[in-house]
Amino acid sequence: MQLTRVAAAALTASVSLFALTACGPPSSSNDNAGSDAASATSAEDLGGMDALIKAAQKEGELNVIALPPTWANYGEIIKTFADKYKIKVNSALPDAASQDEINAAKQQKGKSTAPDVFDVGQSVALANTDMFAPYKVATWGDVPDGFKEETGLWVNDYGGYMAIGYNSDKVPDVTKLSDLLAPEFKGAVALNGDPTQAGAAFSGVMMAALANGGSADDIAPGVNFFEKLKNAGNFVAVDPTPATIESGQTPVVLDWDYLNAAETAKLPSWKVVIPSDGAPVAGYYFQAINKDAPHPAAARLWQEFLYSDEGQNLWLAGGARPIRGDAMAKAGTIDKAKWDALPTVAGTPVTPTEAQNKAAADYLAANWAKVVG
Amino acid sequence: MTMSFTRGSVRNALPLVPFFIFLLIFLIIPTVSVVNGSISQDGSYSLDKLAALSDGAAMGALLKSVLLSAVTAVIGAVLGAVLAWLIVSSPPTSVFRRVVTSICSVLAQFGGVALAFAFIATIGYSGVLTAWSKSVGGPDLYGTGWLYSVTGLILVYTYFQIPLMVIVFLPALEGLRVQWREAAVSLGATSRQYWTQVAGPLLAPAFLGATLLLFANAFAAYATAAALVSQGNPILPLMIRTALTSEVVLGQAGFAYALAFEMIIVVAIIMVGYGLLVRRTSRWLQ
Repeated sequence: MQLTRVAAAALTASVSLFALTACGPPSSSNDNAGSDAASATSAEDLGGMDALIKAAQKEGELNVIALPPTWANYGEIIKTFADKYKIKVNSALPDAASQDEINAAKQQKGKSTAPDVFDVGQSVALANTDMFAPYKVATWGDVPDGFKEETGLWVNDYGGYMAIGYNSDKVPDVTKLSDLLAPEFKGAVALNGDPTQAGAAFSGVMMAALANGGSADDIAPGVNFFEKLKNAGNFVAVDPTPATIESGQTPVVLDWDYLNAAETAKLPSWKVVIPSDGAPVAGYYFQAINKDAPHPAAARLWQEFLYSDEGQNLWLAGGARPIRGDAMAKAGTIDKAKWDALPTVAGTPVTPTEAQNKAAADYLAANWAKVVG
Repeated sequence: MTMSFTRGSVRNALPLVPFFIFLLIFLIIPTVSVVNGSISQDGSYSLDKLAALSDGAAMGALLKSVLLSAVTAVIGAVLGAVLAWLIVSSPPTSVFRRVVTSICSVLAQFGGVALAFAFIATIGYSGVLTAWSKSVGGPDLYGTGWLYSVTGLILVYTYFQIPLMVIVFLPALEGLRVQWREAAVSLGATSRQYWTQVAGPLLAPAFLGATLLLFANAFAAYATAAALVSQGNPILPLMIRTALTSEVVLGQAGFAYALAFEMIIVVAIIMVGYGLLVRRTSRWLQ
């Protein structure tokens, strides 16, 4: 009965997607201006920033996708960019996932509605580098090696550390992960999603692994930690959202520090700590330009804006750590109050490589359901 | 019966055309694409993805899906049948009967996020009943978060299974004619003999058929479970969700097709059984 409903829903979804793509007007005839911009790998290729701004303004629009207004301050970033350059920003599917961005670019290829730029998680980015156009922003040199692809296909943009957010009105203070095994946390600890599905939850299990003798190569101790948490009755299978946090259903949430920090603005008793028992887990998002971008100059101007001092400080205002943060702190251009207000981190941060991620994901796919089911 | 396409029969069939188009778009094409997607990859055919169904996690999800559906179907069928019997026993014009049947019609369709939220608001961590029980020193209703596991799904699914049973089982009970009982009694049957030897055998196919319908209903339900359970994907519809949307393990769309294919087979078996049982009952109820 309802199976057909599921199938019908899936089909309706794909039909409406098709309708969406079909309705997009054909790509307008700005190809002459676009052809230079589409192959430009830096602002100089177009004759400098002023020429880039002019070309972008001639295109007049920028398509972004999957950028929630409350996520790392994207609402303000988009508005500031639009006001500053008088370019209309079309923000599609703000709550979509990384893979949806790539899917949209493939389905709408050649249409004026296709996304111009991507902001995606690591595994999606590395699996789709053939969709990206190489580009180096003016501040390219500030981005540490290892956080950018050498030709500029992708550059890490902002990130943070896995953290524990907790409601200090409802539970005792937390400093390390092992605190959460105490009986006071009965039915209170939530993970932001299923780790076989959501990147943040995956990093949460990785954080637990590092705190319990594991490493980026060995996520098993993390799974064992959640098994202990579950057996103690403390782990709860609720998907935490701002609503569950504010209503008190999820008094403890393991999530990125910048997403947890965003909750503090609404709930003052919501505190964020990076646990001290184990190396911190760092995660950065990947910024890239769609090589088939309908607005190639605007896409490049967007990158210049994001990696400018202004753009980086806007991310920081959303609680995220901009990739140029350390360089800007040294140069004194960072928003110091906000930079100092970020949760403190001790120890050398761990960022798993793609191979380590893959191995850990396979382990989780085989074992996670057994532990929490 | 002849199958020749006379002008009349074509004209009579015309009103059905929208229905057939609907079937084609929403049932046949999706089914074919699911079957195709589960065995083909980039143009070549292989049974790898179907073989992956025997993995531990996938087998566990199948087992729990079947268990969840079976348990809620049996609970729903038994309690629903009792309620239906109470309804039939009251006079057709009674307020009780009218109120209960209309409530059941509404609740049988009350699922999804709204239902999940109703339970969260009642017996969740900060639910009304949980808070009340705590304030009067009663038991801890929330416990360790059982509501967000398969145990919780059993309770929540039962909420729409019982009313559905009432709706599908009521016609069968109403079909029991007073004359049959009078005939049995006048031949010297006791009440017990009437139920075990006349009404029981008459109702059994309808009861089992309705139970199978309830099983299929629970087996394919998605939205309620998705709103409640976010960890471990204990049942098949949730496993399909993860295979389609995971940003951790990429490229599992084919496995999602295989899981969907598995679900189609289970539901097909159930529906064939349902069809056979209904045919048997309808012989008596004409």
